[in-house]
Amino acid sequence: MERKLLTKDSYRSLITKLIGQNYQVVAPVKKDTMIDFLKISSFDEITEDYIVTVSSAKTVAFPRNEKLFDYEKQNKKLTQQDYDFDSIPQSVLIGVRPCDAFGFHSLSSIFCWDSIDKIYTTRLERTTIIGLSCNKSDDYCFCTSTKGSPGSTAGSDILLTKMTDGNYIVEIVTEKGAKLVADFSDLFTADGGVDKESLLAKVAANFNVDDVLAKINSKFEDEAFWTEQAMRCIGCGACAYVCPTCACFDIQDESHGGKGHRVRCWESCGLSLFTLHTSGHNPRENQGQRWRQRLMHKFSYMPDRLNTIGCVGCGRCSRACPVDMNIAEHCMSIIEN
Amino acid sequence: MNNLQQKAQQLLESGNYGLIVGYEKGTSGKARPVFIRKAEHASKLIFDESCDQNIAVYLYRQEIKHDKKKVIVANHHTLKSIVELAAENQVFDGDFMVLAFAGNGDIIELNTFEEIEKHVATLYHGLTEAEAAMMKKIEDMSLEDRWAFWENEFSKCIKCYACRASCPMCYCPTCTVEINQPQWISVPSHTLGNLEWHVMRAMHLAGRCVTCGQCGKACPLELPIQLLTYKVALDSKQFFDSVAGTSICADNALAIFKPEDHENFIR
Ligand code: SF4
Ligand code: SF4
Ligand code: SF4
Ligand code: SF4
Repeated sequence: MERKLLTKDSYRSLITKLIGQNYQVVAPVKKDTMIDFLKISSFDEITEDYIVTVSSAKTVAFPRNEKLFDYEKQNKKLTQQDYDFDSIPQSVLIGVRPCDAFGFHSLSSIFCWDSIDKIYTTRLERTTIIGLSCNKSDDYCFCTSTKGSPGSTAGSDILLTKMTDGNYIVEIVTEKGAKLVADFSDLFTADGGVDKESLLAKVAANFNVDDVLAKINSKFEDEAFWTEQAMRCIGCGACAYVCPTCACFDIQDESHGGKGHRVRCWESCGLSLFTLHTSGHNPRENQGQRWRQRLMHKFSYMPDRLNTIGCVGCGRCSRACPVDMNIAEHCMSIIEN
Repeated sequence: MNNLQQKAQQLLESGNYGLIVGYEKGTSGKARPVFIRKAEHASKLIFDESCDQNIAVYLYRQEIKHDKKKVIVANHHTLKSIVELAAENQVFDGDFMVLAFAGNGDIIELNTFEEIEKHVATLYHGLTEAEAAMMKKIEDMSLEDRWAFWENEFSKCIKCYACRASCPMCYCPTCTVEINQPQWISVPSHTLGNLEWHVMRAMHLAGRCVTCGQCGKACPLELPIQLLTYKVALDSKQFFDSVAGTSICADNALAIFKPEDHENFIR
């Protein structure tokens, strides 16, 4: 893989130029008490003081609300205004951790499963992902158990790794990444050959996801196991909404008088209305069944049907969970029980 | 083994009790709810300052609601919620035993609602200093600044409903936000839809919020969402002398009418 060097001053110039050229630049920003991906208008808004942001980078391609079309009814005549693809900006996503970057792979496998979701794919096509290797981790991180690593290039177009002098090693991963580097070639200099591995966080692998994959289908019918596993879970959307690979959505209409629009918004298998049928029947009527759905989807259905694991080990769901349902522990329970 | 663990072990060994809902050490030393069914697991139980989560929601959880051999380890938030839930007929006298703690750390067994109510009367019911300071900061703002403050907060809300799910008083099987015939409130998590929902929720908790702060603690985006229901709780006290979580036959402000209510706010 081609390597280059980007000094901290050149990094600032790069971001400033991108903003100047009307790219939508989205980066980790400290907002009030937390750090999240937000659109920035100056380099100084960026922070690097995070393990992972609260929400995942998926919001750039799969925002929490996506207006699909507008409609208007006037004198019994219905007019519809379709999705405006021109409104999707060229974006650069900064500071994406390797787990998050790889999350796009799982997310795309769902959005491109049988029919291609044009809104999602167009958003992603117009986004260049500048990843940032992890130099620290916490007790929630488990990327190394799910085939990732703190310095993995998979999913990023360019991966930056911060060196001790504050400058960055640049790894050019995709054509899109190469294009960005070519566009600003004066900012990138020759690689100094610093050892990348020594700069990365050490994340111990506490389990092997293949063991979860091998075991989980045999647990499907064990109701008692899932009930007990999910006893603490109070059934909300926090885990799914912050997850880089969760793709479930709900369709809602918002109307006022004869005018309105249809919106796609996030949905979560943790909520009690998930898969509730119009008849009143719900195939997943208790939290145990809903929790089973969450784990089966990530560790059985996605590997079986889409050839990808539905979890990148970022630990976001566990950090966001109000009752500390730590998904890595639950994976280990599947292996052990 | 400490007192609590010993007590839990005895209770489970006696056969009179089959489940203890309490706290254990979770990720990164955080406390989290735990369900102990076997005496040999009693040593997992902890009770210290980290156990400030309100866990009363579990009392009416479908899987254990009808289990009459359960025990709950209760901090003062949980205790107050139990009293309010009792007043609202969501939990029933004799369905569970409560293990509470005296100021010196001694374990107190509370078996009836009357005992719980009496014990709760000895607890502090106001806001903490930090909470009171936050409330004052917002009340001192001009109308425009206060609007801007909440607009900024609501812009962050992703409508994950973790606040609702962790609030013991949010027990409605279908929340107003989920009623769609007609649709009262916008479901998408934009600033306006978020404002509509949170204001509705605060009003629905008028005189019922026990000011435990659990909704705010649950929020992954760290919205200080508890301040809305706190405000309504303080108003309920000021205008109707109604403090949630103090009486097992409560008469919360929005649910009852008293001839002596001075309704000078309706003009
Ligand atoms: S399930 Fe949890 S740990 Fe896995 S990718 Fe989603 S948020 Fe990250
Ligand atoms: S696991 Fe946690 S975040 Fe997910 S639904 Fe359950 S309580 Fe909510
Ligand atoms: S927990 Fe926070 S983000 Fe989730 S619905 Fe409540 S206020 Fe919104
Ligand atoms: S509204 Fe919030 S502060 Fe009030 S009882 Fe519910 S969780 Fe506690």
